[in-house]
Amino acid sequence: MPKIVVATTTWRQSSNYIARLSAAAVGHALETTQVQTTFPRLLLEHAQKHGAAPALREKEYGIWQALSWADLATLVRELACGLAGAGLQRGQHIVIVGDNRPRLHATMLAAQSLGAVPIPLYQDAVAAEYVFPLNNAEVAMAVVEDQEQVDKMVEVRAQCPQLAHIWYDDPRGLRHYDTPGLAPLDALVESGRERNARQPKFFDEQVERGHGGDVAAMFFTSGTTGNPKGVVHTHYSLIDRAAAGARFDKLGEREEVLAYLPPAWIGQNIFSYAQWLVCGYVVNCPESASTVTIDLKEIGPTYYFAPPRIFEGLLTTVMIRMEDAGALKKWMFQRAMALARRVGPALIDERLAGGQPRHAKPVGALDRLRYAVGNLLVYGPLRNSLGLSRVRVAYTAGEAIGPDLFRFYRAIGINLKQLYGSTETAVFVCLQPDHEAHADTVGVPIEGVQIRLADSGEILVKTPGLLKEYYKNPAATAEVLSADGWYHTGDAGFLDASGHLKIIDRAKDVGRLKGGAHDGAMFAPKYVENKLKFFPFVKEAVAFGDQRELACAFVNIDMEAVGNWAERRNLPYAGYADLAGKAEVYELIGECVRKVNADLAADALLAGSQIHRFLILHKELDADDGELTRTRKVKRGFIAERYKPLVDALYAGLASQYIETPVSFEDGRKGVVSAELKIRDVEVFPAVKAAA
Amino acid sequence: MSTRVIGEVILDIKNISLSFGGVKALTDISFNVREHEIRAIIGPNGAGKSSMLNCINGVYTPQQGSITFRGRSFSHMNSRQVAEMGVARTFQNLALFKGMSVLDNIMTGRNLQMKANLFQQAIRFGAAEREEIAQREFVERIIDFLEIQAFRKTPVGRLPYGLQKRVDLGRALAMEPTVLLLDEPMAGMNVEEKQDMCRFVLDVNDEFGTTIVLIEHDMGVVMDISDRVVVLDYGKKIGDGTPGEVRANPDVISAYLGTSH
Repeated sequence: MPKIVVATTTWRQSSNYIARLSAAAVGHALETTQVQTTFPRLLLEHAQKHGAAPALREKEYGIWQALSWADLATLVRELACGLAGAGLQRGQHIVIVGDNRPRLHATMLAAQSLGAVPIPLYQDAVAAEYVFPLNNAEVAMAVVEDQEQVDKMVEVRAQCPQLAHIWYDDPRGLRHYDTPGLAPLDALVESGRERNARQPKFFDEQVERGHGGDVAAMFFTSGTTGNPKGVVHTHYSLIDRAAAGARFDKLGEREEVLAYLPPAWIGQNIFSYAQWLVCGYVVNCPESASTVTIDLKEIGPTYYFAPPRIFEGLLTTVMIRMEDAGALKKWMFQRAMALARRVGPALIDERLAGGQPRHAKPVGALDRLRYAVGNLLVYGPLRNSLGLSRVRVAYTAGEAIGPDLFRFYRAIGINLKQLYGSTETAVFVCLQPDHEAHADTVGVPIEGVQIRLADSGEILVKTPGLLKEYYKNPAATAEVLSADGWYHTGDAGFLDASGHLKIIDRAKDVGRLKGGAHDGAMFAPKYVENKLKFFPFVKEAVAFGDQRELACAFVNIDMEAVGNWAERRNLPYAGYADLAGKAEVYELIGECVRKVNADLAADALLAGSQIHRFLILHKELDADDGELTRTRKVKRGFIAERYKPLVDALYAGLASQYIETPVSFEDGRKGVVSAELKIRDVEVFPAVKAAA
Repeated sequence: MSTRVIGEVILDIKNISLSFGGVKALTDISFNVREHEIRAIIGPNGAGKSSMLNCINGVYTPQQGSITFRGRSFSHMNSRQVAEMGVARTFQNLALFKGMSVLDNIMTGRNLQMKANLFQQAIRFGAAEREEIAQREFVERIIDFLEIQAFRKTPVGRLPYGLQKRVDLGRALAMEPTVLLLDEPMAGMNVEEKQDMCRFVLDVNDEFGTTIVLIEHDMGVVMDISDRVVVLDYGKKIGDGTPGEVRANPDVISAYLGTSH
């Protein structure tokens, strides 16, 4: 039976709930955020209320140059008049391609002021990828950053003959272009200025005509198969979610944000555009893509988002620099990090919960003192060197984050949290409260969100932030949006005992166990594989169990990590296959699998997915052999087929199995590797919490 | 408005001969450089390319012949005087201050523009401070132009070679030269770095209207970006003309490009 869960807050959709809730939570910036407002209206309110305050900053010529709300409003007014003069009509589309630049932000606002729909596109896409969006949305105008983007637009013009106007922000290298319809953005601003002088009321009238229900922007989803889909959002859906997120984290106009992710991604739009206009904080544009880490340090953002790989990259840089540090520093770092791992997460939870102990075992006074010393000598300087010393709220999302990585940031006092959402839901569906951040959940449903589980285990969502439709694609819209307003996320998951949403896998990958102790239980291969891969020794894992009695797995060891481990133990080995077959390595990996099992047993729903038997493959899974996709995702079905004797041996209970596998070498030669692979049993745990 | 209009002869080299003892580095070389053009000097190793550049630059004084720059002859000038006339250069083997930051290295190129005396500069007071701020602004524009913002504070010695070459170019540009001499700007670079450098050379020529004289080994680069090419072999001029003409010149083919071409 489908389970209905209503959000933690009791707020339901009503015409004025935003106005009622906001005053207490966020301060005056949100008070006027009515459901019917639009982005241009928010801009004008900020310009009126605190016109001299900075709205955007951009580092240019080595100095952070600020653009005030009042100046921004003037720029938007002139750009809007210019675009109208060029023929941009209400409801028409305009594409914007480039990095985060103040004038491109202003162009978004200018288009929206006219009731037109800006479509930000990925600036690193190749020209051919622009053809579909340009034609699909019948785009006649493009505002782009620089020569690189102009070249791409000119290249696709033959296929998109309706593209009449291209404006560019940065004129460098473009002075000899005589492409018809190509002009600098300065010229557009200039023509707008003249038009505004002639018709000073034009802009305000246009903004007046806008409604919250109007389409505000369109985001093309990447689409792994077939053409991309244009996700249509209204002012209402974006503003509502931006405001809900802002209230959840008590964001105000004093936040500093660094805009460094692609503007075509809706997350960037929410963090650096929707919430920027809702809260009235400052968005900082980095000098260039390569200076982001330097700019991060200089700005010291208070509100920060990064996908897990960026947090991982930051940590790696720290670790590499620590390797080069002197003995004293190294010793201090190791001592401090050991302490932080032990008590850091508990202390930050306590601090963020307003001083209330959050854990059963309180942190002792001596450890608190030690942590305070560590904070002075190590954690503080470390946060500073990461550029995260002022962060009040940091989010990560997009893929699973390793628990160690997640805890590292919490342990040194950075409030890193996870969230759940997608382009179709205007990002904010679930957020983690400050003191309830876990590595394996994505938070609680926030105000306005309803979550329901379909019988298949798929997560269904109802929120004011839902997309209006996929542009010109009613079939795709109907597929994800049911008539009664539920959005099908395509993710499988469940809400745990504390009300946090746990994502398991893509719904289509989730299988069922058949027969045995867990008959009919959910089997989530990717969830299990991810848990295994969080161990540095495991490079890849492939879990089997759909339509089987129990789950088994193939493991690929990480040559570098396991090789290092073996060297430290004076364990000689000849190569990959030899190392993979060592009894000691089986012990090592077996222990990892056992830990994963203990973890899985803690969840009644997933206890059946525990790995009963595993083997270590004699070769690395490789995209050249078709075993992985080019983005390094395992092709489970293909692998099961290719290594059928091994899978059969796992389930037949054999202790070892001989296998011959054809391989392709990097120079294109083909060969065969063969090996006798051992198979090991692993301890499994009963499905109770105590096992963990 | 386009600055890419090739103008009058700005640099005229007439009958230059240079020898070191018994070694004749250059024999009776004559060619000219027009305003705003990109002029390449090519030739096999030891052909006298760098010696030619050193003569223009005032490092070597040729025994015979004259060099006329904007109507003024400077065959007997030292390199500082040449620099003051608006000729800047980069070096084949990079002569950067390895321990200094990118910013400071490029700042040294502004040295000629600084008017404050040593004492004022040392205590960074009054006129010296104002001056430094103004110069810094100019340097920042160069940093922006060369897209090296991420390395502003990095000691030059820590940068990869391709970037060091870019800093070297930056320092030469800081002089706001009329004529820029580039000694093998692409040597030792990978394909991507070469492409970047080509783009910068073309941009400098185009945006600032700077006349460029470059020595280069990479034939592809020379033929693609130069307006005219002069070919040296064993200190003698064996060819002079557009890339197309030079490519068709039988002397050049046998001396340098090889008969297979």
